[in-house]
Amino acid sequence: MKNIPVSAMIGLFLTALYFLTALFAPLIAPYGVAEVVGDVWEPSKVEILLGIAPEGFTESDYWLGTDNIGRDLLSRMIYGGRTTIFIATPATIISFTTGSILGFVAAVLGGWFDQVMSRFVDLIMSIPTLIFALVVLSVMPVTIPMLIIVMGLLDATRVYRLARAVAVDISVMDYVEAARLRGEKLAWIVFREILPNALSPLVAEMGLRFIFAVLFVSTLSFLGLGVQPPEADWGGIVKENKDGIIYGIPAALIPAFAIATLAISVNLVADWVLNRTTSLKGGRG
Amino acid sequence: MSDTLVKVRDLKIGATVYPPGEKPHDIEIVHGVSFDLAAGKVLGLIGESGAGKSTIGLAAMAYGRGGVRITGGEVWVNGRDILKSGLGDVRKLRGGEVTYVSQSAAASFNPAKKIMEQVTEAAIVQGKFGRKEAEDRARELFAKLGLPDPDNIGERYPHQVSGGQLQRCMTALALCPEPDLVVFDEPTTALDVTTQIDVLKAIKEAIKDTGVAALYITHDLAVVAQVSDDIMVLRMGDTVEYGSVDQIINNPQEDYTKALVSVRSIEHEEKAPTAEPVLSVKNITARYKGTKFDVLHDVSVDLYPGQTLAVVGESGSGKSTLARVITGLLPPREGEISFAGRKLSPDLDGRSLEDLRELQMIYQMADVAMNPRQTVGTIIGRPLEFYFGMRGAEKRKRILELLEEIELGPEFLDRYPAELSGGQKQRVCIARSLAAKPKLIICDEVTSALDPLVADGILKLLLDLQKIEDVAYLFITHDLATVKAISDNIAVMYQGKVQRYGGKTEVLTPPFDDYTDLLLSSVPEMKLGWLEEVIAHRKMESAGN
Amino acid sequence: MGPALKLVVQRVALGLLLLLACSVLIFAGTMILPGDVAQSILGQSATPEALANLREELGVNDPPVQRYFEWLFNALQGDLGTALTNGRSITESIGSRLGNTLFLAFWAAVISVPLAIFLGLLAVRYKDRWPDKLISAVTLASISIPEFLIGYLLMYLVAVKLRWFPSVSMINDTMSLGEKLSAIAIPVAVLTLVVLAHMMRMTRAAILNVMQSAYIETAELKGLNMFQVIARHAFPNAIAPIVNVVMLNLAYLVVGVVVIEVVFTYPGMGQYLVDHVSKRDVPVVQACGLIFAAVYIGLNLIADVVSILSNPRLRHPK
Repeated sequence: MKNIPVSAMIGLFLTALYFLTALFAPLIAPYGVAEVVGDVWEPSKVEILLGIAPEGFTESDYWLGTDNIGRDLLSRMIYGGRTTIFIATPATIISFTTGSILGFVAAVLGGWFDQVMSRFVDLIMSIPTLIFALVVLSVMPVTIPMLIIVMGLLDATRVYRLARAVAVDISVMDYVEAARLRGEKLAWIVFREILPNALSPLVAEMGLRFIFAVLFVSTLSFLGLGVQPPEADWGGIVKENKDGIIYGIPAALIPAFAIATLAISVNLVADWVLNRTTSLKGGRG
Repeated sequence: MSDTLVKVRDLKIGATVYPPGEKPHDIEIVHGVSFDLAAGKVLGLIGESGAGKSTIGLAAMAYGRGGVRITGGEVWVNGRDILKSGLGDVRKLRGGEVTYVSQSAAASFNPAKKIMEQVTEAAIVQGKFGRKEAEDRARELFAKLGLPDPDNIGERYPHQVSGGQLQRCMTALALCPEPDLVVFDEPTTALDVTTQIDVLKAIKEAIKDTGVAALYITHDLAVVAQVSDDIMVLRMGDTVEYGSVDQIINNPQEDYTKALVSVRSIEHEEKAPTAEPVLSVKNITARYKGTKFDVLHDVSVDLYPGQTLAVVGESGSGKSTLARVITGLLPPREGEISFAGRKLSPDLDGRSLEDLRELQMIYQMADVAMNPRQTVGTIIGRPLEFYFGMRGAEKRKRILELLEEIELGPEFLDRYPAELSGGQKQRVCIARSLAAKPKLIICDEVTSALDPLVADGILKLLLDLQKIEDVAYLFITHDLATVKAISDNIAVMYQGKVQRYGGKTEVLTPPFDDYTDLLLSSVPEMKLGWLEEVIAHRKMESAGN
Repeated sequence: MGPALKLVVQRVALGLLLLLACSVLIFAGTMILPGDVAQSILGQSATPEALANLREELGVNDPPVQRYFEWLFNALQGDLGTALTNGRSITESIGSRLGNTLFLAFWAAVISVPLAIFLGLLAVRYKDRWPDKLISAVTLASISIPEFLIGYLLMYLVAVKLRWFPSVSMINDTMSLGEKLSAIAIPVAVLTLVVLAHMMRMTRAAILNVMQSAYIETAELKGLNMFQVIARHAFPNAIAPIVNVVMLNLAYLVVGVVVIEVVFTYPGMGQYLVDHVSKRDVPVVQACGLIFAAVYIGLNLIADVVSILSNPRLRHPK
């Protein structure tokens, strides 16, 4: 762990910061998530400090101001991050475990299992993910477990493709053939020959899938089809405060900053994991 | 000297390397090389991989491939230092005065354009000829290079002609603008041995007829001896020896050159067949799943304990398929295999652990035959643990013994494959198969990816190990020099059939059938004038035509 | 029949089959539900009569296979059924909205495709220098922010702060082209930003792949200048991968439109779909889902057909 580049360090630090904030949200947030504390869209302390607040405002109790019904935005953002991350994480775990296990098995077994799974995944992927999710959510009850399952399973198709491709590439290597000729069992081949060589690209992919889950749940909530009020999440905060934009109130843009920094941080970590892998291949890279 | 075409003085070439886990840094890959080349003469540049020979060749066109940069020295072509010329002048030089023939014509031709357009392009762009003249000249060159249907072959696309033909088209491409110098970069290395000889002859005659000078780059001294006037031997970016072809071949001064000249001169006495064969292949016919033709027809061979059977043939002859059938990866359609007195199940799943242990395999590409995430100790130790249940100190002791047998020290135990050289990797693969205490090892082109001297070391090691371990080898190769060096019996394969089979002396002694004659005579010999002798008495056209 | 033509026919047939399978999937996805559809549509407080009426209207009582084929045959004849919420013909409602959506997507494509290819070439030309690094940094940033937030960001800056264009993109048939274009200026800019990053990155990769081929080296060693190398040797081989990139991104654009239309309250298919998802108007969702899937599959099909047709090995068999 000595040679971590600066970019990956920053990524790791910010990612950890977001996760810890999510975990300890009730301890950190200055107000309750649904607590009305002030007037509608009060300017933020930040704006006042920067001198860009509307005329007549000289002080504020709220770091990020208040929202469309006078709740503290910082608290909403902290709780919102908690909801967003708590949905995105299990969705990523579902997509990752289902996708990679099925992909590996398909690659090693081949034959009809591979054919059926791969064609089914082709079919699911031929419909844009958002459209498919909308179709499903039009008839399913919109609850948080349902969101997690729908997102996780839809995204599993992408993980499946990658895991299968990586495993197929590895399983045609001479060293896997050598293990088969030695008479090794399937478990040894999968866990000792293939998995160690497939792990890094898959871990990097996990980062990308997590970002996708964050963006996706935010989009659904923004469309009113994700997390339902009074629960807060980043997409929902945009939806609640979007009318303020026309009056020049930037409250709805705050989640953009949060989502982008989280996504970029995870991306930086994923990039680093992937580069570490390619360099381990030594002279052949 | 007024007829000096190229004058290279103290040429230094550098590159940026990106080693894993380290910061990128610059290294020097050619350390001050000098030579002269007179108009119409051929200089051979020879060396192993990493010698810098291709890099020097491209420097004659002021070109650096990838991150390679010319860092010092002078390259004079036609009386001016091209390293000090502007880009416009260099462009006039490239494709006009100096042209290039690469190792892989298949990759060097644009797949989307007709051959004629690409062959004439440089001559037209450089203003040497008009389109009509250039095309006439191209057709003339096609004929001179022995291409079939020279008037129309230019209308084809690159993928529509064979590899040997395309290599000749590339030579036509280089000669079309009437250059002063052609750089040939391993032009015959990717070809089968019987095709190589035709292309070599075509190139040699074309050089003679057009009076062009050439830099001929190759790793094969026997090849370069046929076409060059002078030879420069390079090693790791330094000149080892530089002299006339006669001096280098017949009177080498440096030890390294002597080693290159005497490579593949391993002596091996043929052993007589003993009582029972360890492997007996009977009437095997096989085809790949989903295809409609047999790649092997009625193949029968025997291999005796502690001996070597060489299966030799060109690409597509079915020799590697035979290995897959014997290992059980490709169950045959007909025929059967007995091994150590037992009948072998046609597919892998039906074989006993004993069968698997006693029949081991070594691959051509050692670096993909080992799991990059396992250490040498794990790689060699796994068969010990898997077949013999060895653990701890006992296993470690045996691994160290095996390392010693392959002439590597105990410090290799914890190294990963990426940290080994090509020859060391192949040695570890040998140790892995020996660990199983096999009766038979199938060696699939195990030396063909290695430099000649390294390959020589591996062959000697295999011969020594055969004496110690009493193991039989089924040696699959396209290289007849290797065959002569190690085999007791030989099977010559051609188009999926065994063309000739028997003891080494018997197979290599005339009278030959036409194909064996062609194959045997095509192997370049380390003597001057060999090419002309061979061409004079050939009976059969090569398979690549 | 040449091998290229054969492959094209096969690919088109596969596309149609895929579309058919998609229709089954969309239909099944909206029909095989836990619990009662009518109940979940009308909510817990619905009266028994209302539930019974809705069940009748939805045809829940018929076997699903029969309902599927009725739906499919009607859809093929242009009849997409009636919306549950207002009883209007879906085909009519979609008609003008589809036009609006395509209008928006068309202008986004017209701007983003040439721009992306140009910037992709620029990134290749200045590989590993600052223009390349800047382009990849912008790419990273723009794929890290969801489309709707880019929308509000631009709306805030361009419409509210700078007041250059309106923040709401209402268009109707009485507007002139100029007025329409001014109305959709910001959404077009957002969509362009959204697809530009991907398209640039993929174009860069596709061109770099071609530029690293041995035949490009051959061309350089013939003394051709940079322009000749690119025009004669790189471009003919880069067309197929670039068309592929463009088609994949147009498909992506079609999906991006859904969200952007909601942001700018633009009267297109996307907003229609989202509105009716929250109203649980199943026939509308099915119809919109099918149309989006068809466009998506169609664009992917074109990409594949182009790469088959531009492959010299298939065009000029041995």
